[in-house]
Formats: sequence, structure tokens, C-alpha cells
Amino acid sequence: MPIEVLMPALSPTMTEGKLAKWLKKEGDAVKSGDVLAEIETDKATMEVEAVDEGRIGKILVAEGTDNVAVNTPIAVLLEEGESAVENLSNIEESTPKTVAEPVVKDSGARPDATLPTGPSKGPAAAPAMDEDKFFAKTVKKTVRESLRDAMAEEMRRDAKVFVMGEEVAEYQGAYKVTQGLLQEFGADRVIDTPITEHGFAGLAVGAGFKGLKPIVEFMTFNFAMQAIDQIINSAAKTLYMSGGQMGCPIVFRGPNGAASRVGAQHSQDYASWYAHCPGLKVIAPYSASDAKGLLKAAIRDPNPVVFLEHEILYGHSFEVPEDEDFVLPIGKAKIMREGKDVTITAYSYMVGHALAAAETLAQQGIEAEVINLRTIRPLDVETIVNSVKKTNRLVSVEEGWPFAGIGAEMAALMMEHAFDYLDAPVVRVHGVDVPLPYAANLEKLALPQPDNIVAAAKQVCYR
Amino acid sequence: MVASRRRPKQDDTAQAPAASAEELVKYYREMLLIRRFEEKAGQLYGMGLIGGFCHLYIGQEAVVVGVQAALKEGDDVITSYRDHGHMLACGMDPKGVMAELTGRRGGYSKGKGGSMHMFSREKNFYGGHGIVGAQVPLGTGLAFSHKYNKDDGLAAVYSGDGAINQGQVYESFNMAALWKLPVLYIIENNKYAMGTAQARASAGELHQRGAAYGIPGVQVNGMNVLDVKAAAEEWVKYIREGNGPVILEMKTYRYRGHSMSDPAKYRTKEEVEKMRTESDPIDQMKATLLEGGHITEDQLKEIDREVKAVVTEAAEFAQQSPEPDPSELWTDVLVES
Repeated sequence: MPIEVLMPALSPTMTEGKLAKWLKKEGDAVKSGDVLAEIETDKATMEVEAVDEGRIGKILVAEGTDNVAVNTPIAVLLEEGESAVENLSNIEESTPKTVAEPVVKDSGARPDATLPTGPSKGPAAAPAMDEDKFFAKTVKKTVRESLRDAMAEEMRRDAKVFVMGEEVAEYQGAYKVTQGLLQEFGADRVIDTPITEHGFAGLAVGAGFKGLKPIVEFMTFNFAMQAIDQIINSAAKTLYMSGGQMGCPIVFRGPNGAASRVGAQHSQDYASWYAHCPGLKVIAPYSASDAKGLLKAAIRDPNPVVFLEHEILYGHSFEVPEDEDFVLPIGKAKIMREGKDVTITAYSYMVGHALAAAETLAQQGIEAEVINLRTIRPLDVETIVNSVKKTNRLVSVEEGWPFAGIGAEMAALMMEHAFDYLDAPVVRVHGVDVPLPYAANLEKLALPQPDNIVAAAKQVCYR
Repeated sequence: MVASRRRPKQDDTAQAPAASAEELVKYYREMLLIRRFEEKAGQLYGMGLIGGFCHLYIGQEAVVVGVQAALKEGDDVITSYRDHGHMLACGMDPKGVMAELTGRRGGYSKGKGGSMHMFSREKNFYGGHGIVGAQVPLGTGLAFSHKYNKDDGLAAVYSGDGAINQGQVYESFNMAALWKLPVLYIIENNKYAMGTAQARASAGELHQRGAAYGIPGVQVNGMNVLDVKAAAEEWVKYIREGNGPVILEMKTYRYRGHSMSDPAKYRTKEEVEKMRTESDPIDQMKATLLEGGHITEDQLKEIDREVKAVVTEAAEFAQQSPEPDPSELWTDVLVES
């Protein structure tokens, strides 16, 4: 059988090109790899190489022809023993198609375009959990101790869990979160790294591919920007790119947001950055019980989890269940205070501010419902929407910047799921849209304060 | 090309250990399969059946075939986006690889990964990574797992001469040396990082890039599969003895452009032609086989036919396998627990 040599596509976007020059003529022998012709594309002159062996039986498109559509037969190659006469009699000199046809066949099938964010639309939630029963027996712990306890318990439970990061072992943690772990688990499982975020994040992701369960501590999430390529491109996307074969059970954790007077490069809230990306779960706990129950869940989760802590909260104490089976579901918010007049959503350190604001509002006759989001992604849309259906008003609070932030997402979600229930536009309380200043007075002005939340709540209540 | 060797042991004959005729034929067949597969991929790309980026391995076949010959079951492999050859050398099914190139459901990633993103847990192939250099820390993590699990495995981490200038490569070298991780870093130096010649991008010698970390580095003729295998065997042994990482710089050459849309105007035709005629890894092996009387012309032709049949079958499968079901759009984002 004679083989047709087709006009090749030589770039992702090429649909046609000029057949600039033939380097072989009819009758020439060719072997695989020989350059047959030169083609000018929109970008460059490229060579067409022979893929099969044989002899040029006929040239179908003369050199110098413009606008030759991709896949047009340009020559016929005869295999050993084939005669040009008998095989080519039925092949016409081809008039090059000059209209470029779409090259890649498309089934045309598209998922329902009205679905903006996924198949399980809107209110979809983690299984409910009776959290209260665990609070029958509690002990007072700091957030710092609870994070340590969560890691220690999970490391005792599963030998595949290990922790690595800067100063996590001998120094006992830059913020003392990993205190005592080296002594209990040894240097094989509590690993001091060099200051090399990009490298050790990638290394840990590779270990995750192999089935280990790394906990990567970033001294702060500001430094994780060095590693964000590995977090997004390697950890978050590989399961999808591998068609479900290559998951990565890993936790990236550390303090996030503004501590106190540490300046712009050390004070940023990354919640919306990571929550933007499919393939990651993003958690931002507030209390010590949040921290413990959710970090245990994050370590057990088979997916990459970004776990955003807050330095200011490390030293705060809360009641924490003693039961080691206390594991909170990822994707479930918590109503911290019930109210009928306005819903306030917040996460991490801002939950405390929201509760303080609610107290002030109560004194002024406004009953605010405060929702601690706990998980940023997957977000517990159901709890928020149900609350807004009751209060008809939403104030979203976050430490981060407003543009494309968590508050922007809240506003969009309310448009999609609670539009008819809203009695006022959603109001966002957020960090001021500037790099965080150092001066004490300016820093305070740049970060959300309880008074800002009070004012926002009154605004949506038209008070 | 002369292999400059700095090695800690006395034996320095630098002779390729004798391979059996059977092994020689096996290497020939594996290299030929990669060559024919890649030519077919180029052809399917030309027909519009493969989209996007497609980086062919033609010319570099001896590197992966030689290194793989020195590895054993349970060792891991990870590489960049010029990855089709590595997958075939790992024993992955040509049908599944080609069907991934065409974006079909029979592909290794169900059509969702493409040329640069394929994986096989079964064959310990960990990708297929599109960000230049990112596979180096990932591969170092594979090696870390072997140490953590206290097994005898190692990770073969391939990167190009371009990737070797990324900062994360040195972060990896540092940790691998510090913790004596069982990792073989293979630099496939094909002389051009896309269009930038090595001399315009890289100061110094690439095999010495680990020197400051105490990582031994060796330059190897990457156009000769027996030279590659000999070097890999020697240094894999060193790694398995618990001595930590090694860098092998393979001097190799790609005949095609960086990707399908690269006309490769940064080098002369004569340069390419000289490599093809004087150093082609497959031609060299063919000569070795014939001169050594290990095989007849007819037997060679039979291998050619067999390989061609495998590739034809893969190409047909890759065209017949349907596109992924639209519902696949939403799957595999997260593991459902």
C-alpha cells in the first residue's frame, strides 16, 4: 500500500502553512528521519521528516504552494517493491485545501455550562458529627499544645506520619509547636531541614507520592511562597493529572496572617490563595479544639491539606476534649453564637474579633450569629446559607485583602444561593488593601478590628 | 567523548562489563522501540491527533535504556516532560502511553494528563513533570521514602541541562547529601536548554555541580548504551552501599527540536547530521551486534518488524480509544475519603 505523506501540524496552533521547498524528488529513496520538505508556519520554517521508509512515488503539492491545510496529502511514498504505475493511477493530483479545517476532533460534549464550580453544587456538606458529646470531659489547653498533641497522637497511630521543617526538632519548633516530638519519635521522624522551603516542600510531596504522610511545617506561610509551585503544581494537581493514580497525603502547616509588628513580608493571609486551587483542602482553625480536631483530620486525609494557623492564637487557651477519638470533620463550619439579626462569618484569629463584636452588638439590641468557618475549602456553604435565610444579612470577616478574597467569594455564593433572602448587600470586612505597615497605629488601622465588624453589622441592619 | 571519572574505588578500568548477546539485543530493541514510538508520535502530532506540547526523545535513547538496565525492581524513576522514552523503558504499555498523547480514555491518565503528565505506580514511574526542575526535589523525596522505609531501593531522577540551573536542584542536592539519600541524579545534557546552548546558560561543568556538597559527579558518553549502563551500574552500587547521591552527566543529543514547534535554528544542520551519522546510539548497537556475530541481518529485520508492529498497534489503539467521558471532568480532583 502506498503511504500518503500528510501536511503536518507543527505547532499547537497551526492550521495551514506554505510548502516552501521539496528536498526530495519523485523517485528518490527515503528512510525514516530524512528531511522531505520545508514548511513555513506562522512562526518559523520547519522541516518535515519521513516517518516511513520507501521511495517518493508522487509529489502531490508543488513547492511554493501557500495555505496548505494541515492533513492535506502532499506526497505518496511507495514501499519496497511497489510500482508507481499500478499504485498511483487512482490518486489525483491534489488541489491543496486552502480552507483550514479544525484539526482536532471535538466530541462537542461539555458539562452543563450553568454549573460554575463543580458537580456537587452549592450546599453540600461533610457528614454531621455530634461534637458536643466530646466536650463532656475536657482539659484546658493552648492552641500550641493542642497542635502538638494532634501530631503526637497521629504519629503514635501511624508510622508513616512524620514531621519536617525548619527548627522543628532540636530547637523544638520556632514557635514551640513541635515541642517534645523529637524526644518521643526520634530524628528519623522529626526532621530538621535546612532553610530551603522550595526544596523540602518538593521532597515531602515526593515522599507523599510514595505513600508516606508528611507534615511540613513552614516557619510561617510567608515563606511558603518559595514553595508554592510544589504545593500547587505538584501536590494539588497530580491526582488529576494521573487520572486518579497518584495521590499525595500531606499537610502543609504553620502560622498564617499578621502576628504583631513584623512588617509587610511577614504578615499576610494566604487563605484565598490556596482556596482558589482545586485539589487542595484549606483549613483555618480558631480554638484549641478546632486546632486539635482538624489537624488530626488533616493528617488522616488522603489529600494535600493546607493548614493555616495563627501566631497570636498559639498562646490562647480553650477547653479541649480529652478523648483521642475527637476528630473534627473537614468541611464543617461551627456556629459559635446564635442570633437572628445578622450573620457574621470569620475564620482563624478573626473569629475572636467577631465574637467580641457580637457582644457589643448585643448590648445595642442586635443579635448576631457568628459562624467560625473552620474549613475554607471545601466551604460549608450549607451552614452559611441556612443562617442567612434566617438573618437575611451577611458580614464576611477576613484578615486578608479584599480583591478576589474570601469575602468576594462569600458575596458571590450569596448571589447564587441566597439572593432572594438578602435584605441588604453583603458587606466585607477585611485587611486594608496595602502591604502591612510597621508603625503600631498604622498596623492597627490596616487590620480588621471588632469595631469595624460592629459598624458593618449595623450597616447591613440599617442601624 | 571521554568519560572523565572521579571515583572512590581503586578499580578504574572503565571497561563496559560484558553484556550477553541477549542483553545487547534487548537494549537494541528497547532503543528502537523508543525511536519508532517517537517518530510515530511526531507523525500523529502532524496529523493533529496529538495536541499541545510534545517533546520527543529521539537521539537520547541510550541514556534511559542504559540507566534502566542498571536498576532493579522497586527502584523509582521520575523525569521531566521529555518523558515518553522513560515510560517505555520502565515497561509501561506503549498503547497506554500513546493513548494519553492523543487524550483518550485508554491513556495512562485517562486522557487528563497528556504528554507531560503520566504515571504508573505499578512500574514505579512517578511522572512526567512540566515545571522545569520540579522533579528533582520530588525525586529526592522518593529517595527519602526508601531511606525512611529502610528498604534497598533508590530513585533515578532525570533532568535536562536546562533544569540543572534551577535553585531547587541545589536545595535537593544539599538535602540528599546531608541525609545520604539513595538517589541517582542523571543530567541528560543534550546541549540545548530549549534554544540556549549549554555554554550560553551554564557556567562550569555540569557533572561538577554537586562538588560543593561532596556529591561525586561523572561525565558519560550518553550516546552509547553500554557506556551508560557501565557507569550506572558502578554508581548504583555505590549508592546502594549507603554512600548517598551521585550525579551522572550524560552527554547526549536530541535530533528533533525542543518541542514539535521548535525549528531548531540555533544549531546547524551539519551539527545534527554529524551526530546522527557518527554517534547514533541505535546504529552503534546495530554495528556491535553485527560485528560481534550476535545477530544476522534477517534477525535485525525481524526485530524491526516486531517493533513497528507494536508501535502501529499503539497508534491504532490511541486513535480508536474514545475521548474521556465528559463526567471525567470532575473526577480525581480529590480522593474521596
